[in-house]
Amino acid sequence: MTGSRRASIEVKNVAKQFSGDVTALDELSLSIQPQQFISLLGPSGCGKSTLLRCIAGLESPTRGTISVNDVPVTRPPDGLGMVFQRDALLDWRTVLDNLMLPVDFRGGDRAAARQRAESLLALTGLSAFGKRYPAELSGGMRQRVAICRALIDDPSLLLMDEPFGALDALTRDQMNIELQRIWLAEHKTVIFVTHSINEAIFLGDRVVVMTPRPGRIAEIIDVDLPRPRRLALRGTPQFSDYASRIRKLFEGMGLLKEDA
Amino acid sequence: MKRDWQGSGTAVLALAVVFIAWEILVRALAIKPIVLPPPSAVIVEFGHNWAWYLNHAWYTLLVTLGGFAVAVAVGVTLAVLIVESRILEQAIYALIVGLNGIPKVAIAPLFVIWLGTGAAPKIAIAFLIAVFAIVIDTVLGLKSVHPDILDLAKSLRGGRLATLFRIRFPCALPSMFAGMKVGIGLALVGAIVGEFVSSQRGLGYVILSAQGMFDTTRVFVAILVLAVMGVALFWLLAIIERFAIPWHSSQRPASSGH
Repeated sequence: MTGSRRASIEVKNVAKQFSGDVTALDELSLSIQPQQFISLLGPSGCGKSTLLRCIAGLESPTRGTISVNDVPVTRPPDGLGMVFQRDALLDWRTVLDNLMLPVDFRGGDRAAARQRAESLLALTGLSAFGKRYPAELSGGMRQRVAICRALIDDPSLLLMDEPFGALDALTRDQMNIELQRIWLAEHKTVIFVTHSINEAIFLGDRVVVMTPRPGRIAEIIDVDLPRPRRLALRGTPQFSDYASRIRKLFEGMGLLKEDA
Repeated sequence: MKRDWQGSGTAVLALAVVFIAWEILVRALAIKPIVLPPPSAVIVEFGHNWAWYLNHAWYTLLVTLGGFAVAVAVGVTLAVLIVESRILEQAIYALIVGLNGIPKVAIAPLFVIWLGTGAAPKIAIAFLIAVFAIVIDTVLGLKSVHPDILDLAKSLRGGRLATLFRIRFPCALPSMFAGMKVGIGLALVGAIVGEFVSSQRGLGYVILSAQGMFDTTRVFVAILVLAVMGVALFWLLAIIERFAIPWHSSQRPASSGH
């Protein structure tokens, strides 16, 4: 289990170049407070997933430093939970055994983890599916299992890489509501990568808008909307203001054009 | 389960049709037994000397299983080395492809020179013929893990060994079983080839010695026993597979998919 329940992140002047002179990130700095929900928003290929992978210690930046709780990231940091676009469930494990995977790797109290698994499944309405295999679940259910797995040993930092990108629109809305509910119950530091403006505003305390190649921060927008937020909020003037502000940013980058 | 029974019912029926057609054909065209004996004669011959045939079959079975076991052990080890090391991947793959280009049957006499005339050279040939299918399919399986799952393992600070045993092997099982199902049949081929080259025992020896005496009926009995053995070995693996990977979609009836 992790000692710290709070994770702060400091990204300083980070650049990432891939072979072939592709600059994914350039001079990017960002500081994230504990227990904040950060939406990382940008068009495809803007390096937002690369930034997430650097914070996760899955890749190392070419220049600059990243630290989590003042510890430089040279390997996956303590207390990290990850959720991927494709749920990355193990087909050969039942739902419950999938939830236990982090404990199998990192060790820890199995009985306690088992209890936590049961309560996470209850929190996400999956109690009846603990003994099922992933192939028997729908896309939304699978992604819920993946989120539960990321939360199993109570991480302080949750990194989510377009977790709902492969879901249909209705399921996606439902998952947004559920993720907010989970976050309100668990209060992790979350970095949530998405290319949906609505999703970013609905979920985030702050929306970090990124520019396309090279990936830089265009603007950080504080979303001052009360929680729990409801889907109907998306029709309100306040919400629309945030959305049009972000849309203007994308127009400025030449990504959105009214008349083609 | 009902579908299974229907399936084997159909198979038995098809076999019966083939045997009856064979019997009718041999009688109607008055084909000499030395060219093609009727199935009735083949069954009668087996009935007379079944203990003798089964004794030889037992020897062939042990050689086959011996060669197969070594092929699985060596094949899976090679596959792991190939997947875990880039240098070894290039080296081993080059060797394997090169060796696979040689008709293994052509090497069989060499093994007699090296290993004598006991069971060892036959097991070696069975191994050599079976091992490639197992290496290739195991490599395929070990490499079939989705990159996100490997990233997940890394994010959990899973070492190579833990990732190999917790992620790669279970993920590779369906492929490995496919390779083993091919491999067990090839091991049987290898056992017979080994017995052809030099042997006083086994069904390969029975076939060769019966051929020398133009006893075609005896050859056919041996071939039928071999066929039954091949099918039984395949089925045995299929049953083990069913228990080993209950999660795999090819193991589940189509109706349970949503």
